[in-house]
Amino acid sequence: MKLRIANGRIINPASQMDSHHDIFISDGKIIAIADELADFVADQTIDASGQIVCPGLIDLCARLREPGQEHTATIDSETRAAVKGGITSLCIPPDTAPVIDTPAVIELIEDRAKKAGRAMVYTIGALTQNLQGDLLSEMLALKKAGCIGISNGMRPIKNTLILRRAMEYAATLDLTLFINASDPWLQAQGCIHEGTVSTRLGLGGIPEAAETIAIARDLLLIEKTGVSAHFHNISTGKGVDLIRDAQRKGLPVTADVSPHHLHLSEHDIGNYDSLSHVLPPLRSTRDREQLQQGLRDGVISAISSNHQPLDNDAKLGPFAETIPGISGLETLLPLTMKLVDDEELTLMQAIASLTCQPADILGIDAGHLKVGSAADLCIFDPNSHYECKPNAFISAGKNSPFAGWLFQNQVSHTIFNGKIVFRQE
Amino acid sequence: MTNNQLTAKGQLRHFLTIEGLKKPLLTEIMDRAEQFSGISTRHVKKVPLLRGKTIVNLFFENSTRTRTTFELAAKRLSADVMNLNINTSATSKGESLLDTLHNLESMHTDMFVVRHNQSGAAEFIAQHVAPHVSVINAGDGCHAHPTQAMLDMFTIRRHKGHFPNLRVAIIGDILHSRVARSQIQALSILGVGEIRVIGPKTLLPSDCETLGLHVYHDLESGLKDVDVVITLRLQLERMQGALLPSSREYFDCFGLTEEKLSFAKPDAIVMHPGPINRGVEIASAVADGPQSVILEQVTHGIAVRMAVMSMALGAQSELNEI
Repeated sequence: MKLRIANGRIINPASQMDSHHDIFISDGKIIAIADELADFVADQTIDASGQIVCPGLIDLCARLREPGQEHTATIDSETRAAVKGGITSLCIPPDTAPVIDTPAVIELIEDRAKKAGRAMVYTIGALTQNLQGDLLSEMLALKKAGCIGISNGMRPIKNTLILRRAMEYAATLDLTLFINASDPWLQAQGCIHEGTVSTRLGLGGIPEAAETIAIARDLLLIEKTGVSAHFHNISTGKGVDLIRDAQRKGLPVTADVSPHHLHLSEHDIGNYDSLSHVLPPLRSTRDREQLQQGLRDGVISAISSNHQPLDNDAKLGPFAETIPGISGLETLLPLTMKLVDDEELTLMQAIASLTCQPADILGIDAGHLKVGSAADLCIFDPNSHYECKPNAFISAGKNSPFAGWLFQNQVSHTIFNGKIVFRQE
Repeated sequence: MTNNQLTAKGQLRHFLTIEGLKKPLLTEIMDRAEQFSGISTRHVKKVPLLRGKTIVNLFFENSTRTRTTFELAAKRLSADVMNLNINTSATSKGESLLDTLHNLESMHTDMFVVRHNQSGAAEFIAQHVAPHVSVINAGDGCHAHPTQAMLDMFTIRRHKGHFPNLRVAIIGDILHSRVARSQIQALSILGVGEIRVIGPKTLLPSDCETLGLHVYHDLESGLKDVDVVITLRLQLERMQGALLPSSREYFDCFGLTEEKLSFAKPDAIVMHPGPINRGVEIASAVADGPQSVILEQVTHGIAVRMAVMSMALGAQSELNEI
């Protein structure tokens, strides 16, 4: 199939391109980015006038709930949601059930993802067996089976000796370690940021130090072991400072942040709004500003959805008893672009943090528009206006605190391997 | 943030927290409690204000005093009262809490009096009840205990008259205390001159000063020239989790003894929300001493709860007929 995307404004941060051209696609690959291509007869042409054409988005952390919780969501339902949000590649953390600690689970996920056929689904393998933090997983086998990195998910390793060994082993295999930094003891009794709101509502607080202590500890071991590491979902300004210092020292560390931490703060919990119950918790407004600054500086190089679809019952109950998590695939792009409208980021920075920069973290050939590369693209309309209605999400998880927000930049088409996998009706 | 405890006309519909309420409403509760307090000493201790109304005491957490005073208050208003003690382990999931609620609602209940070990539980229930049902918070986790705070305000007003010139000190575990949170809010709304909190750093919220509180770590300076001394119950499980070394050491530092009380004004009153741990947060000599108003608080609890229940069930117009 031959596809032509005509008249769009192409934003390709990998080459700093911002110009109007057509994109010519054949057999799933980009064959030219030009104004005309001789002898090209398109089977289909998308008129992208007035729209932005960029690489398909790459999400470093999305839970699809399969295997294990198919009653909540499936690879099929969530990849549908992903492409509605312009995402063509995403990574699954290892905390599925069973956890991703055997090649069989990787094969199952890849198989289901291929059947769905809408987006590239990467797996992040478990660092320790069953994520229990005491025995190393068979990382070589996981790597051979195709996992793109290694992580202990939301279950931090308490034993520093085991963490050190795990890092050394991962470094031996040249696997990137993905870390959700939190000190299990300081986090244990809390459900929201420790501050004025936790005091007012009488909810257990999670202090900033729960994150910074874990980052500091891990950075010292990263320095010692030489493992490449990526910090998921940083929530504190001081955490950004620690990573900035480490990068200046030349350590191989990167970081991402979620859109909700860039837009919301502890105050959005209001009167126990369980839709804002998330881990790490929404922090202070100052933290939010420092996270935005970290993005501008490049200390944080990716924005990831940290998508956690939940069924309605999970959010019905007294706040601390509800399950943390936000359904984020369909709001990743509009929330990131809102930072451009708010003049916090340039258009190029925003798109880079969703495309070529996460691709660099993963070391994959994606996130750019290049002749010869797979044609994964996202086309969105910067002049569209719409209201965020979580009940209309394609994702099985309608759990979003952004209901009623006014968004622009609605995705009109998503193209994966040269195939139109989403079209806004 | 909307205040969903009030009707469009600003009348009390639910009573979930003191936060966000205005001074005239708190004063109205106390004035009304004043009218009701005479009933308890009458030969016939009943008024027909809530005749035909059904009130369910829904207690997910153990309580004797609060539940009994709510029950008595409802009975003195002639309502039908049902007590349900629900083991929280049986309803550990949110949907079963809602199921319980909707089942009771379908029995045409008019009011739920709710105690729950989770902060925000009363708010959650109020968001999900039918429009004609009122919810009274009888204590939710570490968040609020508004009727306790109002009976404390009522007690202070009876002894001290006006609030603005008062210095009030609250001693103990502020961090985990729903009583302290509601008291602090009520005292602020009523315009108390100075609110002090006294305790070790492990039991105080990290940002006390930003709440306008004066923080002290010893009783000698903290109680100086104070008019009202409120001691809080020390939950004995606080020794776990390294919040305190021992109840003995706590008593040494923060236990209210006659000697420590002498730092306060000579006419200072001593209050405690109960139940008391004698020899832990308060010495028997003080609890039973001349400055103690602890048992009065319990008595006042009935009148204040009658006031809140009758207001929430919209019986205002009939009050004049008492």
